[in-house]
Formats: sequence, C-alpha cells, structure tokens
Amino acid sequence: MTTLPTAADVLDREFLEVRAKILQVAAALDRIDRASGDVQTDPRRQQIQRGLETLLASGDGRAEAIQLGFSRPYEQDWQQAFFPAE
Amino acid sequence: MDYFDPHIHMVSRTTDDYETLAKMGCVAVSEPAFWAGFDRGSVDGFRDYFRQLTEFEPTRAGWYGIQHYTWLCINAKEAENVSLSREVIAMIPEFLDQPGVLGIGEIGLNKNTKNESIVFQEHVELALKTDEQILIHTPHLEDKYQGTRMILDMLTSDSRLNRARVLVDHVEEHTVRHVLEAGFWAGMTLYPVSKCTPARAADIVERYGPERLLVNSAGDWGPSKPTAVPDFILEMRRRGHPESLIRQVVYDNPIRFFGQSRGFRGVPGDAS
Repeated sequence: MTTLPTAADVLDREFLEVRAKILQVAAALDRIDRASGDVQTDPRRQQIQRGLETLLASGDGRAEAIQLGFSRPYEQDWQQAFFPAE
Repeated sequence: MDYFDPHIHMVSRTTDDYETLAKMGCVAVSEPAFWAGFDRGSVDGFRDYFRQLTEFEPTRAGWYGIQHYTWLCINAKEAENVSLSREVIAMIPEFLDQPGVLGIGEIGLNKNTKNESIVFQEHVELALKTDEQILIHTPHLEDKYQGTRMILDMLTSDSRLNRARVLVDHVEEHTVRHVLEAGFWAGMTLYPVSKCTPARAADIVERYGPERLLVNSAGDWGPSKPTAVPDFILEMRRRGHPESLIRQVVYDNPIRFFGQSRGFRGVPGDAS
C-alpha cells in the first residue's frame, strides 16, 4: 500500500531546490541590470516579468500559464491564411 | 523495472549507451526518423539513413538484448524543400515492410510554415494510404503551442484518421490537454533545458492520469540524457506512486500503442 505525500512532505522535499532556483533567477536579473545597456523594452525581458507575476498567482495552473506566456499566439484561421483558395 | 523508450535517436548515440540502457532496464526502443543536425541533399541520403534505421540499429540494439523499432519520414526541419520531401515520401514505401518499422514519423511542424504543413499533410496521406501508424513531432519553445494546435487542426479535420493510432510527442503543460481531449496519444519528452523534466512529467501524470500517456528521453545528438526514463521512474517512486502505475506509463502503454502496428513483434521477455 503506497501513501502519497502531503503538502508538507512536498514542501520539505522541494524547499531547498525552489530556494536555489529563485536565487538563480534573482542573480540572472541582477546580472542583466549590472550589464551595460537597457533591455527593459526587449520582449523577452517583458515575458520574464510577466512570468514572475504569474508565479505570485494562486491556484495550481501556474506552469501552464507560464508556458502560454512564452508562446506565440495560435490563430484559428491559419488555414485560410495559408491556403486561401481551398 | 523493465521499460520501453518510445522515442530515442540511437543513431546519434554510442554503443556504450545501448549497454547502459540495457543495464537500466530498457528492453525496447522506438526510433523515429529525424533531422540529423544538417540538411541532407538528396533522396539517396535518406535511403541510406533508412537502411541504417532498419538494418544497422536493430543489429546494434540486439547485441544488448534490446528490441529496436523505427519510424520513417523526412523531418519538418527539412520540409521547406518541398520537392525533396516529395521524393522522400515517394521512396518511404520501399521500407515499410522491413522488420521493426512501426509507421510514419516523426512528422510535424518546426517553425509552423506553409511548406511544413504541406509536407506534413502529404505524410499523413501516405500513412492513410498504407494503413500505417503516425508519430508526430511538435515544435519547441515559443512555437510549440501554436504548432501543436495547427497539427491538431489538420488531424481532426480528416475523418479517415483513427486517432487511437496517432502519437503526438513532446507535449508539455500547455499542450497535453488539447492532445488527450482530441483522443490522441501523448508523449512527454524529458530533456535538460527545453521540453519536460522528470518532475514535470510526473506532475502531468498526476493531473491527467496515465491513460494514453508515454514518457521518452529523445536522446539525440544535442544535450540530452538517454537514461531520462529511469529518472522519471525514480521521481514517481519518490512520490509514493505504485509500481503498477509507473509500469503502465513506461512499459504497458508503449506496448499498447505500438501493438497496433503490423510491424510490432513484442518485446524481449514479455509473456503477456
């Protein structure tokens, strides 16, 4: 009989890893800020910013929301654009 | 635990990797045709590649007791050359009756272009004409969501297609639901930077259940880990999932999906 972990079990297991990953992101953003030039208007920097804001949301759909935030939009009528005569 | 890696590019790996896979419990692999890191210039280049997939790789796998299966196509990265793609598609039937050939794949999109979608649909047409199963590559990173939806549009608009005989690979959090809800099989590729990690693949199994889900390493010529499936097995065990559930994803499901192909001959030691 197997027992699935509780939220506390998961937090125990993941805490140091999550801490390390947040630190990696913080250090990378510091590195960008220390470097010469300005990337505030770079779409990738803006995607990162939106991704960070998504992390603060509640609920369990953060990973999917972040994936969509880094994705090109899907347009339902793409076939008409590619094959207009059909 | 015995496992079946349903998507791994062994032409890019060393013989030592076959030995390691065998030691880790791998009893069978399925190897889709893919982009070898450079564009091939002629149909004969593909003919030689298909001979390697159908003759040499099964031999090399056999040295370590691993059953080797394969899929044939011209990959989306080379599909911008439509005339060459059509020559390759016309040549594929020469190999469809070779032992170990499971179907057409990995076909799909790369940059979601018109030419890619033309070549994709012509591959699907070949699969339907020859009654072959289909294995599908979905694009990477920012192109994945758009490309996956486009692929599903093309597949679901064709009423001749048996969705239970199509595997859509490289799904992630934002695409897996669309694939499963449309009735296709879905493959999760464990890759160091792009695609999925073992932990996120385990999350997807927990969220969607094990039905029609596969997990693979895609081990290829780039940074990749051919033993990623055992990493997934370990992650599932650490979370307390029963062996029967893990086995369903890494062994039973591949056999169930591939077993629909006329080229499937089972796996070593399988008594079922």
